[in-house]
Amino acid sequence: MSLSRRDFFKYAGSAGAGVAVGAAPFDLKPVAAAATTLKIKEAKVHSGVCPYCAVGCIQLIYSKGDKIIDIEGHPDTPHTLGRLCPKGAATIQLSNNPLRPTKAMYRAPGSDKWEEKPLEWMYDEIAKRYYDTREQHFIEKEKDKDGKEVTVNRLEAIASLGSACIDNEECYLLTKLNRTLGIVYHEHQARI
Amino acid sequence: MTTNLIDIQHSDVVMCTNNMAENHPVGFQWVMKAKERGAKIIHVDPRFTRTSSVADMHVPLRSGTNIAFFGGLMNYAIRNNLYFKDYVVYYTNASFLIDPAFKTPADLGGLFEGLEQTGKGGTDPHVAQTYNKSSWKYQLDGEGNPKRDLTLKDPHSVFQLLKRHYSRYTPEMVERICGIPKAKFMEVAQLYCSTSGREKTGTITYALNLTQHTNGVQNIRSLCMLQLLLGNIGRPGGGVVALRGHANVQGATDLELLYHELPGYMAMPLRDAHPDLKTYLEKETPKGGFWINKPKFFVSLLKAFYGDAATKENEFGYQWLPKRASADAYSHQHMFVDMYKGKIKGFLADGQNPAVGGPNAKLARAAMQKLDWMVVKDIFVSETADVWRTPGTNPKDVKTEMFFLPAAPAAEKDGSLTNTMRLIQWHEKAVNPPGDVTSDAEFFVTLAKRLQKMYAGSKKDRDKGFLAANFQYGDNPKEPNMELVLKEINGYATEEMKDKDGKLVYKKDQALNTFAHMTDDGKTAGGCWIYTGVTVEGPDGKLINKANSRKPADEKDYLGHGWGFSWPANRRIIYNRASADLKGKPWSEKKKLIWWDPEAPGQTPDKKGKWVGLDVPDFNAFLAPDAKNGDKPFIMRADLVGAFFGPLNDGPFPEHYEPIESPTRNLLSKQQNNPVAKIWSVPDHKNDLAPLGSKDYPYVITTYRLTEHHLSGVMSRYLPMLAEMFESHFAEISLELAKELGVANGDKVTVSSPRGKIVAKAMVTHRLKPFQIDGKTVHQIGVPWHWGWKGVDALPGSKGDITNDLSATVADPTVYIQETKAFMCNVKKGEV
Repeated sequence: MSLSRRDFFKYAGSAGAGVAVGAAPFDLKPVAAAATTLKIKEAKVHSGVCPYCAVGCIQLIYSKGDKIIDIEGHPDTPHTLGRLCPKGAATIQLSNNPLRPTKAMYRAPGSDKWEEKPLEWMYDEIAKRYYDTREQHFIEKEKDKDGKEVTVNRLEAIASLGSACIDNEECYLLTKLNRTLGIVYHEHQARI
Repeated sequence: MTTNLIDIQHSDVVMCTNNMAENHPVGFQWVMKAKERGAKIIHVDPRFTRTSSVADMHVPLRSGTNIAFFGGLMNYAIRNNLYFKDYVVYYTNASFLIDPAFKTPADLGGLFEGLEQTGKGGTDPHVAQTYNKSSWKYQLDGEGNPKRDLTLKDPHSVFQLLKRHYSRYTPEMVERICGIPKAKFMEVAQLYCSTSGREKTGTITYALNLTQHTNGVQNIRSLCMLQLLLGNIGRPGGGVVALRGHANVQGATDLELLYHELPGYMAMPLRDAHPDLKTYLEKETPKGGFWINKPKFFVSLLKAFYGDAATKENEFGYQWLPKRASADAYSHQHMFVDMYKGKIKGFLADGQNPAVGGPNAKLARAAMQKLDWMVVKDIFVSETADVWRTPGTNPKDVKTEMFFLPAAPAAEKDGSLTNTMRLIQWHEKAVNPPGDVTSDAEFFVTLAKRLQKMYAGSKKDRDKGFLAANFQYGDNPKEPNMELVLKEINGYATEEMKDKDGKLVYKKDQALNTFAHMTDDGKTAGGCWIYTGVTVEGPDGKLINKANSRKPADEKDYLGHGWGFSWPANRRIIYNRASADLKGKPWSEKKKLIWWDPEAPGQTPDKKGKWVGLDVPDFNAFLAPDAKNGDKPFIMRADLVGAFFGPLNDGPFPEHYEPIESPTRNLLSKQQNNPVAKIWSVPDHKNDLAPLGSKDYPYVITTYRLTEHHLSGVMSRYLPMLAEMFESHFAEISLELAKELGVANGDKVTVSSPRGKIVAKAMVTHRLKPFQIDGKTVHQIGVPWHWGWKGVDALPGSKGDITNDLSATVADPTVYIQETKAFMCNVKKGEV
């Protein structure tokens, strides 16, 4: 039985989920211990990094099959000592969330709805848009301030924004892709 | 961040200028630990927050006046001889002499020497001015070295100029500008300046509170200068604590998802300045300091991008890189202005929600609605993905073709994130993402490979670089092996490398151990030199990923060098040479970090002496204190010393100017705003500004964040555990203003600016107080910016108006950051 935090509070009979642990009229400790033991028993544990602010709290992510069942702070982390803030403690709902889209979607110009599309179709169409826009708008040479023609190999018609929430390796791949294509509107939310 | 969160505990005084307790709660434990150990905590912030509640002093200041405050502290330290003299004389450029033609705002009515009109003027003077920096330079001796006066008495010395410049920032002036009563300012000045000298250190924390201003970079410089003056950089308990707001702001900046740089902080080439590799390297490589190695890092980067196709004969592929048309182009705000004007046709928003998150969000949404096509990759369907059905918009009118790709959060993929203290930490894929959800990496390499297929066979020069770039990492045709990507970032030998005695140093393709081994002849490749060392090859030939090392800290190593990898070179506190005196001895036993041990085994068996201690030395560990430059801690600077005099686009010293929208004239000089700030003129009244003294917009507004929400809300408004924590979007209003407006706690109010308006609930609070600015009452309100029209349907409070509809498209002249921490608004009761 997998208990989410909210289920647990309902189960334990506390009305003030999130803030009322200390004030709850019941002794929750044995219930909490039992629930925790049940939850992570036979689960696999993985090392995670909290995806919210930049303190970089290391998390222990427990999974069973392809489901994350619990996320908690890693107590050995030198700069966090295992603590998580409210956002870090909610990380599990980034994965286990009914509002989360799991299909690729397309919205035609002027349409009033999203349509689900196969990933392969999406990748093909997106690649075509990149190709066509690059072919149409690429600036290979232009005059410099002295009027001399120079090679600039620049693509100004496609802009790329993001992200401070992707991994270093992903940032590098995006930089490599954009810069080798000639993209110069190349930014992320460092200033936001 | 120059230091490390753990080390904050060693501070004697911590000055938080941001709301660290609420925005970086887990990091804040080290401020609390410092307090337990006897430190005093100062909180400088217009609002009383949970940070103030544990501080010894809360010092409210009017938003947008930080330079006046830090300038006042510098003036206090200089006037009262409280600066750390030995540190200032030897470790900074205070003793350097400046060109006699240079004049400061003290002489020129608020301007520095060299302001010039450029361009044709236009309607706004701000866009047509720039500084000619020809006098902003050192006097040189016959050998080309800067002249110095170690007595600091020469009137052209940096110290005397600094003293004169900040002599105008008196406690009385601070009171008039910032609204901090003189007595309170004297108290805070006395307390913070007590960290000067050998025995004590203090640290200052900041976040976007200081950066999001039209003098954002100068704000940061002013606090760094205060720290240099007091001798607080590179020492335990000292430093500058820069708190990034998102899990990988640091990494995305290091790997340069930024318009103006390439990975590892190297300039993105400019058309006019950098026509070829030789010119680029000549102009961009300084004559001194560690950056003299730039050609090695830059050529290695070109090799990482273009592989075998990058050769000496073709400038290692330099011409394939795009050349910027101008330095004043392509930043975040340029992007949306140009998009609105129709210059941009296609757009990728990857893990970012500009419909809500950026300045002048209404302009951003209107701009995106003008695109031909747009791709959004995110965990949830954000307002940016749904921009074609923004409330009030008819989808029929939006011709933008939209592609949405669901993204995997960190828990569903392998990779590394770099935290706010430069610590690179690996995370493991705990589960496979559901359905068609993929990592961003998978999308990027798939797109790259499809495009390469479409371009295959192209004979055009412009396509050759792209076709040469490798996007296949490992055997899996879809998912790249992320450790191999990290290895490319780290750097590797492109051929067998031997030392001068013929001994094998690296096999072909072997990961480099250090950036010191990079070369400028194509023998090494590396995607980001500062990350070198994060992967090494073990004796068995297997790759060791140090970002995944998990050795806890202990008493012998409180900085935890075995946990993750901190760039550069696993150094935890940078500029740490400054923790020791000229002779290499710790300034004090209590504040020791690294020191010169003359008896330690040296570099070769016949030599003795090495830097040892609690951290990795920030330079050659065998460079004796009495050797040439052995007493110079600031190795990234050409002159190897900390810079009081540091030319930026808007001056070599920070000077107080009012925000572009302000409630008062500049009380310090007749120059109202930063004379070279960037102000865009956007058609259709999309960026109107409130003039000084506007009766329509009489109140200062600042924007901020909450513990239970995250940035533009994509990672919090859809999570019931977080979304339930607030019943509504709100605006914090002082009791005094609420009384004037007849507003009660919980009433609906309309907050408006010349750009837009929002409706929110009034939170009438004691946490904000009106300021007395030059004898007049100035009200300031605070509004968080996490809300948008999407969220959890069952939790109406998870949805709300977009605060950034109020902010303007104006920017700092050095990095083009927006001014969202101080602008003007009106507040009216009800929905109007």
